Amino acid sequence: MWRWLHPYAKPEATFALNQKLIPWFAIPGLVLVIVSFVWGLAFAPPDYQQGESYRIIFVHVPSAMWAMGFYVGMAIAGVIALVWQIRTAELAILAIAPVGAVLTFISLFTGAIWGQPMWGTWWVWDARLTAQLILLFLYLGVMALYVAFEDERAGAKAASILAIVGVINIPIIHYSVYWWNTLHQKSTVTRAITRLEAPSIAPEMLWPLLVSILAMLLVCAALVLMRLNNEILRREIHRPWALQHLGISFATTDGEQSGKQENKKDQKGGADAV
Amino acid sequence: MQFDSWQAFINMGGYGIYVWSSFAGTFLCLGLLALEATWRRSILVREATKQAARAERILRARAAKKQAARKN
Amino acid sequence: MLQANPVSAWKVFKQIIQRDIRVASRQRSDLLNPLIFLLIVVTLFPLGVGPGPDILGRIAPGVIWVSALLSSMLGLERLFRDDFRDGALEQMLLLPVPVEISVFAKIVVHWLLTAVPVLVITPLLALLMNLPIQAWGVLWLTLLLGTPVLSAAGAIGVALTVSLNKGGALLSLLLLPLLIPLLIFATAAVEAAVVGVSPAGPLALIGAFMVLSITLAPFAVKAGLRVSVN
Repeated sequence: MWRWLHPYAKPEATFALNQKLIPWFAIPGLVLVIVSFVWGLAFAPPDYQQGESYRIIFVHVPSAMWAMGFYVGMAIAGVIALVWQIRTAELAILAIAPVGAVLTFISLFTGAIWGQPMWGTWWVWDARLTAQLILLFLYLGVMALYVAFEDERAGAKAASILAIVGVINIPIIHYSVYWWNTLHQKSTVTRAITRLEAPSIAPEMLWPLLVSILAMLLVCAALVLMRLNNEILRREIHRPWALQHLGISFATTDGEQSGKQENKKDQKGGADAV
Repeated sequence: MQFDSWQAFINMGGYGIYVWSSFAGTFLCLGLLALEATWRRSILVREATKQAARAERILRARAAKKQAARKN
Repeated sequence: MLQANPVSAWKVFKQIIQRDIRVASRQRSDLLNPLIFLLIVVTLFPLGVGPGPDILGRIAPGVIWVSALLSSMLGLERLFRDDFRDGALEQMLLLPVPVEISVFAKIVVHWLLTAVPVLVITPLLALLMNLPIQAWGVLWLTLLLGTPVLSAAGAIGVALTVSLNKGGALLSLLLLPLLIPLLIFATAAVEAAVVGVSPAGPLALIGAFMVLSITLAPFAVKAGLRVSVN
């Protein structure tokens, strides 16, 4: 695996790979988003308890799921950044964190909107909502720590450590919040919520939901890759390979020697990658 | 198709505002992320073009100066 | 002064503790201020929600624990900050003993200097908040088991932010979400004692957190210090 992964430690190899992958994520992602939303909004049967309002599930559940999934992904990037000192993995943290935070926000936002007609309030201290709110705080902490450092690589390493500590903590936070919730469950509202979860979902609803989960993953992965490429470009914008990739003609009289060498290396990296 | 008319589809059995606002909010958030990424990319390209042009101008001026010096 | 014989880890551990206690005894206000802050915050609650003893007794566990969390955030920075400024931290990383040992010593000192005073004034806090007398012992126990978690997790946060000039607010942003489980189980234990149910379950969990945090934190602190000091 190392032989396979190693070329991607070089930013230009990752950049080229991402550039190739982005359309493969974005286009099927957008198609599936349209398919799942039309399916979910127009063709799936209404819920026998919640009527049409349950259709919020097709944005709420995917965003909530991937909010957690992207945090784990960020922590894995953090481990790679710390153990192998790979620059691209450090940048990946910076690329993933805002997308994950936005997903967390979407799940909270849609959860609140869903809560209004179903439970009568915008916010309930439901275990799931509370855990999601704490996840948002964790994302914000990682991003704040990353940008607080003047030396960017130090910031990346600090953020990696925090992401890893956070990922160890997430299951503990989850179970404690659930436990706390059952302990404090006094209002009928929260009981109603837990009862609603009980009936298993009908297949006519499950299929569009699964498609929407996949669609959200593809779209957000494309976003992460776009952001990652921006971050790589920002650091490497003056390097010949970047200028070449962007189709910008650059002066070679001065740094001809070094420029040529870079190009050769680039080609070699590309060959390895293929 | 679960709905008889566009009217019913928009109305969502009375929950229209909740359903549509949550979908709109999701699209808005993800769209903003995508817009921000492309916008940043275009800024990067613009700056790089400017810098490359400037470097080329400097080099050309330097070469011209050298030639002029040689002539003299 | 070069020593020919290898330095023993235990000796370093003892000396760091002695040195830090001596340093702290010269700046007593650093230790007193968080304690006074804790007292004031606890005093503010009856003024805010009204002095009815039934309300106070019901919110007492939460209030005391939230106040303890916040006041511990105030004093955390001095765990590594002064050592970082005068270069002692760099020397500590260069000692010929595992860094984890020195870090553990710093955590122990911090606990001795900040948590023990809180444990001493806990009865006063319980009295002010009208906590039913049968829960006092459990409150004290939760603080006894929970404050090492605060010191250990706090050390991770401080290690990550010590090189930043404005680390204070950031430190709370990083740490408070991670400490939520502690708050939940600590207040649950005290509430169980108030109601008269056995608090053994949550207490055992807090004990587990304590063991987990003081065994794992030194490794994370070491990594964090390596990032901050370079």
